[in-house]
Amino acid sequence: MGGYILRRLLQAIPVFFGTTFLIYFMVFAMPGDPIIAMFGDKTPNPALVAQLRAQYHLDQPFIVQYFIYIGGIFRGDFGISYSGVPVGDILLRTFPVTLKLAVIALFFETVFGIVVGLISGLRKGKLFDASSLVISLILISLPIFVIAFVGQYVFGVQLGWARTTVGPGAPVADLILPALVLASISFAQIVRLTRSSVIETSSLDFVRTAYSKGLSRNRIVPVHILRNSLIPVVTYLATDFGVLLVGATVTEGIFNVPGVGNTLYQAIIRSEGPTVVSFVTVMVLLYLVVNLIVDLLYGLLDPRIRYVK
Amino acid sequence: MSTTLPSPSADGRVDDRVPLLQINNLQVGFHTQTGVVSAVRGANLTLHAGETLAIVGESGSGKSTTAHAIINLLPGSGKVTGGEILFDGRDLTKISEKEMQEIRGKLIGFVPQDPMSNLNPVWSVGFQVQEAIKANGIAKGKADIKKHAVQVLKEAGLADADKRLKQFPHQFSGGMRQRVLIGIGLSSRPKLLIADEPTSALDVTVQRTILDNLEKLTREIGTALLFITHDLGLAAERAEHLVVMYKGQVVESGPSREILANPLHPYTQRLVAAAPSLASRRIQSSSRKLTDLDYQASDVTEGLDLIETAEARADLLAAAKPREDAIVVQNLTKVYKIRGNKEAFTAVDDVSFSIQRGTTMALVGESGSGKSTVAKMLLRLEDATHGEIVINGTNTAPLKGKALLSLRRKMQPVFQDPYGSLDPLRNIGHTIAEPLNTHKVGDKKSQRERVNELLDQVSLPRALASRYPGELSGGQRQRVAIARALALKPEIVILDEAVSALDVLVQAQILQLLSDLQTELDLTYLFITHDLAVVRVIADHVSVMQRGKIVERATTDEVFDNPQTQYTKELLNAIPGAGIALRV
Repeated sequence: MGGYILRRLLQAIPVFFGTTFLIYFMVFAMPGDPIIAMFGDKTPNPALVAQLRAQYHLDQPFIVQYFIYIGGIFRGDFGISYSGVPVGDILLRTFPVTLKLAVIALFFETVFGIVVGLISGLRKGKLFDASSLVISLILISLPIFVIAFVGQYVFGVQLGWARTTVGPGAPVADLILPALVLASISFAQIVRLTRSSVIETSSLDFVRTAYSKGLSRNRIVPVHILRNSLIPVVTYLATDFGVLLVGATVTEGIFNVPGVGNTLYQAIIRSEGPTVVSFVTVMVLLYLVVNLIVDLLYGLLDPRIRYVK
Repeated sequence: MSTTLPSPSADGRVDDRVPLLQINNLQVGFHTQTGVVSAVRGANLTLHAGETLAIVGESGSGKSTTAHAIINLLPGSGKVTGGEILFDGRDLTKISEKEMQEIRGKLIGFVPQDPMSNLNPVWSVGFQVQEAIKANGIAKGKADIKKHAVQVLKEAGLADADKRLKQFPHQFSGGMRQRVLIGIGLSSRPKLLIADEPTSALDVTVQRTILDNLEKLTREIGTALLFITHDLGLAAERAEHLVVMYKGQVVESGPSREILANPLHPYTQRLVAAAPSLASRRIQSSSRKLTDLDYQASDVTEGLDLIETAEARADLLAAAKPREDAIVVQNLTKVYKIRGNKEAFTAVDDVSFSIQRGTTMALVGESGSGKSTVAKMLLRLEDATHGEIVINGTNTAPLKGKALLSLRRKMQPVFQDPYGSLDPLRNIGHTIAEPLNTHKVGDKKSQRERVNELLDQVSLPRALASRYPGELSGGQRQRVAIARALALKPEIVILDEAVSALDVLVQAQILQLLSDLQTELDLTYLFITHDLAVVRVIADHVSVMQRGKIVERATTDEVFDNPQTQYTKELLNAIPGAGIALRV
């Protein structure tokens, strides 16, 4: 087990270099000159431009720029954004917000998704199942900004239960509405996934054998059906948590959440190499860690999966 | 076939005991989109306390459905639509789910068919035994339950049960898992145990020890046994009473030996004739054309007799001049290196044999004996570690590219699972024509003609060419697989457990077909199987493999009449019904 974890962590090294290089190259190759763009409509002062270029190492060849950047990361220095703020500070400010949002959304979609999916699967073809399928289909087919605006209007404006935008410091109470919006689409996916998985497991031989042993339905459902059905759901939840961590640009934008998605979007627009690469690197590393945790979780859910050598 | 008519009502004794289980005119239907399909249409049976009764029939005959109806565990949309199931005087079709739950496990134990799929893979074996004991209130308190679980498993034949409680099902072999399931089924000393084909997924020798143990246990405990099987020989050997089911109806019932000796219903007569475990002679290929073997009630007794017509061809073979060898295998060895283990595993150990053109050699052994590895090396799907394979005088080891392709053209395989070996997304015509495409034989039109010709040869209607595997029965699929193997007019066909997954009657049809094709097309067969019963009716020579080595090699008759090694004797003894004297 320890060896397995170590191997997985070592695998992260080439992934780290590969992604940073690729992202750095893509930002470098983007059209437009970020320094000129800073001046907006004003005519740039050539001396100032040259000074800025030197400050951000933009006058160096690409490969040198990359290694200067990588070297900085190992010293804990993620570079300076074009607005003069250290990228490390931006990371520390935005990631906790997005993490909070992601955890709340994940909580909602997991709890409601699995419960609704389980009931649907056990009552296949009944009214509850049919209505949950219709609702999940609607949620899947609606674009997220529609759900966001409807949520904002109904709960924020009409009912007044929540604030329409997230206030300073992003308190948890303010994040619940955006989290519900974020969770809605994944909720629908989890309902469908859990439902089909529960239906499949219910028809397996060992479930019938469990009944033949004289066990009650109240025991068979959680012990023999639900646990076996959760394996594909956990896979989905893991990828989804990764997606949530990367930040939801649209939802964060609509609710004005000072999170990763919002910030990264702005940075891409401004071709801010150091900011974009740093954000993406942290995201990739987070993704790898989440995946590792999920793979270890599999071992707990399904003893057939072994991590030897 | 005997035509004497004994009274069908068994032994003539008047029975005034109240039966433990009595099924009267049971009807079971499945709701489908096109209405109710009835699976059981008026089944009757009576089982007394402590007795053994077997329900025999092919798949789809309603035998398992009847068994599942007793404990109300019908799959999907199945429902009892009429009749009654009296257990200890109580009608089980009328009680609530809660009452049924009390009966299941506690009064009626159940041993399912497939040990691979009937234990939950995510819970330890101990957990699954203990929850049954707890649910039925057999023992109270953690330590007591555990003690009871160990005892139950030990009885069922798991000697080291206390050490293995924490292990998971995938760490057990099929036979071990079936012992666990038997242990669970008997854990609360039920009055009745339903065993649904408890050993058909297992090797013959394992099958025998497990059934012996089951028989001993049920006798000791005094549990009545309701045994479900498709093998008449097995049923007759293991049960006092037989109930033969066909298309949802009981066609015959009574004491086992009597039914076996004097089968009255045409279907039972066919079952007796077709059961490989009962057929004592080699299958005989008459040169008469195969009529449609998918039986109808009118001609049930014709065309399927595996027993009667042995001599003619055997004589022919004896009279014929010895011919050259199609396959010569010398000192064949295959060693697998196991990761993380210094010791290599020798799957095939110094195996030598030869097969004369136009004859059949059976390679017999249990799973893990290396017989399939031999087949893979012959087909060049695996390379040998040592030794050589000579086919039609050519050493196959150095062959590459075109030469290898032309070798494969002369040698075709048929595999065990007719469900897994056909691509569900391609129609039958495509599937059969695929080898022709691969080897670029003929144009579209001639390929179509060849497909039709092949369908005729394997007695399938030509219209099947446009159908898909999902619409075919197991026997039809295996015919398709055989047609595909014959497409390139091979000289050698390697049959790897080609009939093991099929029902007895279908098995008999396929064996007959293979035998006919052999005469017609002068084929050489390597017939790989774990079932010696089948060997008797298809093979000229037998090689018995054990742990990678050939331990016995002789003609079929010699092996059956005068087995030399202990292992072969065990295999022979394991054939169900071997000890039953028949008047055939």
